[in-house]
Amino acid sequence: MTDHDLVRGAASRLRTAALALARVPLCVLGLPLIPLQLYAYPLILVTIGVPLLLLITALARRYLAVHRRWAGGVLGEEIAAPYRLPANRGPMTRVRTIATDPATWRDLAFLPLNAVVGVVCGVLPLALWLGGAFGVVTPVLWALGADSVEFSGIDVDTPGNFVVAPLLGLLYLLVAWWATPRIVRVHASFVRWLLAPSAHTALADRVRVLADSRADTVDAQAAELRRIERDLHDGAQARLVALGMSLGMAEELLARDPDAARDLLAEARQSSSQALSELRDLVRGIHPPVLADRGLEGALRALALAHPLPVEVDVVLAGRPEAPVESAAYFAVAEALTNVAKHSGATSAWVRVRHEDGRLGLMIGDNGHGGAEATEGGGLRGIERRLTAFDGTLGIASPLGGPTIVTVELPVSDLADSVGRLGRP
Amino acid sequence: MRVVLGEDLVLLRDGLIRLLRAYDFDVVEAVDTGPALLKALVDHRPDVAVVDVRLPPTFTDEGLRAAIDARKRVPGLPVLVLSQYVEQLYARELLSDRGGGVGYLLKDRVSDVRQFVDAIRRVAAGGTAMDPEVITQLLARSGRDRPLATLTPREREVLALMAEGRSNGAIAARLFITEKAVGKHTANIFGKLGLPLSEDDNRRVLAVLAYLDRL
Repeated sequence: MTDHDLVRGAASRLRTAALALARVPLCVLGLPLIPLQLYAYPLILVTIGVPLLLLITALARRYLAVHRRWAGGVLGEEIAAPYRLPANRGPMTRVRTIATDPATWRDLAFLPLNAVVGVVCGVLPLALWLGGAFGVVTPVLWALGADSVEFSGIDVDTPGNFVVAPLLGLLYLLVAWWATPRIVRVHASFVRWLLAPSAHTALADRVRVLADSRADTVDAQAAELRRIERDLHDGAQARLVALGMSLGMAEELLARDPDAARDLLAEARQSSSQALSELRDLVRGIHPPVLADRGLEGALRALALAHPLPVEVDVVLAGRPEAPVESAAYFAVAEALTNVAKHSGATSAWVRVRHEDGRLGLMIGDNGHGGAEATEGGGLRGIERRLTAFDGTLGIASPLGGPTIVTVELPVSDLADSVGRLGRP
Repeated sequence: MRVVLGEDLVLLRDGLIRLLRAYDFDVVEAVDTGPALLKALVDHRPDVAVVDVRLPPTFTDEGLRAAIDARKRVPGLPVLVLSQYVEQLYARELLSDRGGGVGYLLKDRVSDVRQFVDAIRRVAAGGTAMDPEVITQLLARSGRDRPLATLTPREREVLALMAEGRSNGAIAARLFITEKAVGKHTANIFGKLGLPLSEDDNRRVLAVLAYLDRL
């Protein structure tokens, strides 16, 4: 370590220590929130407590969010807020949610503890630095004639004081050097311990999210099955019945009236090709054949070719994701491109697909006029709902005036080896 | 005319064999997997191959790949590919060697026997048979292009039939106009689209497709 590093290291640690001291008033400032919150509860009986409690809770949570953000910054990981969301929006439900939320009571316990821990962790580093510095300079003070100055029980009369005091001071400084960043981390860890969602809450949250997404998925599946059933029933099935009828009548007429029979046969052929074309559309909607044949890359290229606008496709994948994920990704792009054609007013579009860090990332962009939103019942909202089943996310960046970029992320740990399926250029 | 058939569904294979025999084709071999198809095509070198896109063992586009591979080994080998659905991507791949003698049709087209047989004969003769569905997609896609917008409806019809691979005579018969009128329309189309005039049926289709697809 050069002198320069030493100076810089000391300067940064002193700054850290000073900042820690500056946090002391902030930690103490939270204390009045305890009685305020507790007083609000009995006041609920006289109604005034309800808005009061909501107000104070909002204030307290905002105050604690500052701590969470600070500790998250120190520890290098975001600390999530553990609060329950009220099931509906009435003030009484919200009060009940707040009162029954264990996080509320953990917050209350945090305030006094944090005042103590905050003061200790704030004062200690700077105290060590100043004490050390004082120890080092005491011999000089003694030499200047300051008889009453004492450092850690060493005064001017103690034997060997001129050597022991600066040595002890140096020891203090070493401890301060070592401890300053660690004390700050201890404080941050303490904040995380009390303010982060407990394992129980995190698990409960996860269960709720999964239950929601499962309900969504089940709904979507049921709707899809109904649509398929209806399409088959009204379309292909009806046409096949007509086909059978035409054939039966043609059979009857063959001997008596060959011309009429020929017309009926022609009609039958028409029905059969219409039935086929309806079945084809249906199959495409369930699982596009080209996706099964060529995987995501081929299917997206085919999609781009069929699109009314020129679409640039850029796909780099080392293999194939699992079939359901692949299908979800395909339909997301298809829906986004449909939106581009319908609403964007763009003259060209692009699609980019990558697999990085266990995530399949898709981006769909255009040069249109922007302003795209995931409105309820819209195509983008539909994509979002489909993606939740896979823990996927949808992002829309679409300022007015454009351009629009839609991003889709799906967690995909592994890509299947695709030899034999895509083993060619 | 010697035909090799690649189709894995027994029902359809038997039907196709019966249909082809009725029109005096000689079905030299009928196979049901991709690798067997490739071998049969290279061994027999038939006058024309009728191939299903989706074949075992992978049940993806094995048949299409076998056909394209066979054409690499036997240049100009006429291949008519049948599929349950048509995809521009595949049409493009089939046409990519510019050798002619390729067709890509929906399986439904088999039901119009006369046209189907006509398509096989055209492909065997080195011509092209593109499914109207592919052409419709191509035309729809190029809807925003200005030169295409200047075509009259009749010229569009002629262009669509030309892109399917039909000769002037066939187009004339289809649209109930004289061959001379078709010649006039094609000259107009080539002029408006800025395509080089060509007598060769196959090159005519390729030029049209290249324009439509902006290859």
